[in-house]
Amino acid sequence: MLDKLASALDFDRQALGLRFERQKVLAGNIANADTPNFKARDFDFSKALAQATARDGSRGQLAMTTTSTGHLQGGGESVGTAPRMLYRVPDQPSLDGNTVNMDVERAAFADNTVRYETSLTLINNRLRNLKAAMQPE
Amino acid sequence: MTMFSIFQISGSAMQAQSQRMNVAASNLANADSVAGPDGQPYRAKQVVFEARGRDGSAGVGVSRVVEDATPLRREYRPGDPNADDQGYVSLPNVQPVEEMVNMIEASRSYQANVEVLNTSKQMMTKTLTLGEG
Repeated sequence: MLDKLASALDFDRQALGLRFERQKVLAGNIANADTPNFKARDFDFSKALAQATARDGSRGQLAMTTTSTGHLQGGGESVGTAPRMLYRVPDQPSLDGNTVNMDVERAAFADNTVRYETSLTLINNRLRNLKAAMQPE
Repeated sequence: MTMFSIFQISGSAMQAQSQRMNVAASNLANADSVAGPDGQPYRAKQVVFEARGRDGSAGVGVSRVVEDATPLRREYRPGDPNADDQGYVSLPNVQPVEEMVNMIEASRSYQANVEVLNTSKQMMTKTLTLGEG
């Protein structure tokens, strides 16, 4: 029963976690806007979310080869669901090797904030629905 | 704690930028200091930024403060007590225009990081009230 409740919120939990992760990465880019040779980073949110919520066992885990019927299948969840970090392609080269474009980063930051809050609202609504379904009358 | 690492990231950047601002202020203030504590003319200083922390969550820090190696400005002032045999006085190699640009850039970057910090704070506050509404 409780695990059903938890799984109802699992998708939103993953989405929120990844949004927060992205927020950190973007904050790091903005913080390093003047650091020589710093390369701006980001990750593909939809890919990372698809990877984190995959239900068909493709959750970033390796299949185990079994050579005997007594061997166990590795069925646990992988712990390494960290998103794959990519480097941003710079559109304006700079002499000091820094690839942070402040406009891009700030736009992405604002965008990510709104989407994070959207995720929060969705979770709130879902919780309210679950609570309503639990009322006695 | 991972939840508060955004504060650390932006905080480190604010600290680094204000240090840069300090150095620019010191350079501007000493643009005409013919002799420092060591008897030598003041030399312009610059901060060197360095990314800190692991790849994803990188803060920033000042790794060191370097002295500008460009030659000192020399002016012909035969009456000055600091003049050498040929009547020249060595003056600091501070470029006021460059320092002003440095200062404006530091202030803008500082502002951007304050904004990041404020936005993140609002996000956290909203997260803390999750499930109450």
